[in-house]
Amino acid sequence: MAEEGERKAALETVQADGTDGNCVTFVLHDEDHTLGNSLRYMVMKNPDVEFCGYCITHPSESKINFRIQTRGTLPAVEPFRKGLNDLMGVCQHVLNTFERSMKEYRAQREEEMQ
Amino acid sequence: MAAKRGTDEMRDRVVLGEFGVRNVHTTDFPGNYPGYEDAWDQRRFEEAFRVDIIREEEGALEFDMVGIDAAIANAFRRILLAEVPTMAVEKVFVYNNTSIVQDEILAHRLGLIPIRADPRLFEYRNQGDEEGTEIDTLQFQLKIKCSRNPQAAKESSDPNELYFNHKVYSKHMTWVPLGNQTELFPDADFRPVHDDILIALLRPGQEIDVLMHCVKGIGKDHAKFSPVATASYRLLPDITLLQPVEDEAAEVLQKCFSPGVIEIQNIKGKKVARVANARLDTFSREVFRHEGLKNLVRLARVRNHYIFSVESTGILPPDVLVSEAIKILMGKCQRFLNELDSVPTE
Repeated sequence: MAEEGERKAALETVQADGTDGNCVTFVLHDEDHTLGNSLRYMVMKNPDVEFCGYCITHPSESKINFRIQTRGTLPAVEPFRKGLNDLMGVCQHVLNTFERSMKEYRAQREEEMQ
Repeated sequence: MAAKRGTDEMRDRVVLGEFGVRNVHTTDFPGNYPGYEDAWDQRRFEEAFRVDIIREEEGALEFDMVGIDAAIANAFRRILLAEVPTMAVEKVFVYNNTSIVQDEILAHRLGLIPIRADPRLFEYRNQGDEEGTEIDTLQFQLKIKCSRNPQAAKESSDPNELYFNHKVYSKHMTWVPLGNQTELFPDADFRPVHDDILIALLRPGQEIDVLMHCVKGIGKDHAKFSPVATASYRLLPDITLLQPVEDEAAEVLQKCFSPGVIEIQNIKGKKVARVANARLDTFSREVFRHEGLKNLVRLARVRNHYIFSVESTGILPPDVLVSEAIKILMGKCQRFLNELDSVPTE
């Protein structure tokens, strides 16, 4: 039983005929506002992006349409990739800062107890 | 100068007016404000970002995240509520239930009991797997029978005296190790977080004999898997007095806000109001009901200062929950980066 064809793709791209990769709609499966809104924010912070938005096509289906339109001839995959990488960078920094603050807070409380 | 102050207010305050809220959306994207550097700069973000832990108690954590946007703070909140996994009772095998509580009600109640088991030690159950293996299932047994107390006094009507085991608590749930779980988890003590959760009431002759399977799941699937009692945030309040407020007006102003927000100082014999600690306010907007005061105060919130409050149900400590939530968001990004790299671009 061949099962390779049945792996559900988490990411699809839809592009109108005739355009050359500047404006692409990414369909992200099993996602909602959690990733959609935060990724939209990171992509909008990119000065090469002319338009970025996301929508949830139907509340019963857990997928989002994420559209990026770039200025000039930059392929739309590039800001998408950069947005994902930037968001990972933000999360990493938040995690490090939070853990460091917890350690300092606990150390300070230990000192006060003694 | 005034124009710059206006745009600064538009950029970093959410203003609460008498009839509506202004400047709600984030507008600091590149190109919106000439003269401002709004493109994403990791170094600028790291310089401005900080986390202050305010209070850590048994199971509750209050901390501030400063310098981050609403979209990302909300993503953390949503993940804390719905996507941090925990273990909870999913399947209940009823061998004998002669109590007054119906099977399905009993099973529903058992599912809602928080189980003290670190979900990071377990895997998700494979789809379609009915039996469960030792790496994805925890088994609990609840076997209890109510009987009459022969030593009870003749006229007593207190059930505590008359019957044995008439109240079924969560402490009666015992862990039944599967397979090699005793070697995998030698020091583990898997039990419900609270011992005194009342599950059912029995009378003599009634008994409950059930076997439960706990699996790993997330809150999106069923709320019983949510690891937080609640996780919420609010923005830091910012109260500014546009003109000096004195004497009786100062007294009235102090009463309009939560206690501790406005303090009255005695300057040269006159009572002058001053904003002492805006953080304590709950913004009831009482000021707007006083004609003389409503134009003297500006109520606003600082757009990028989030006061988080995370209360855990006891399964994992709240700081671990926050760390796990951040890691889950990273995992989502990584998943799509991998997808991008694996699919050849057309």
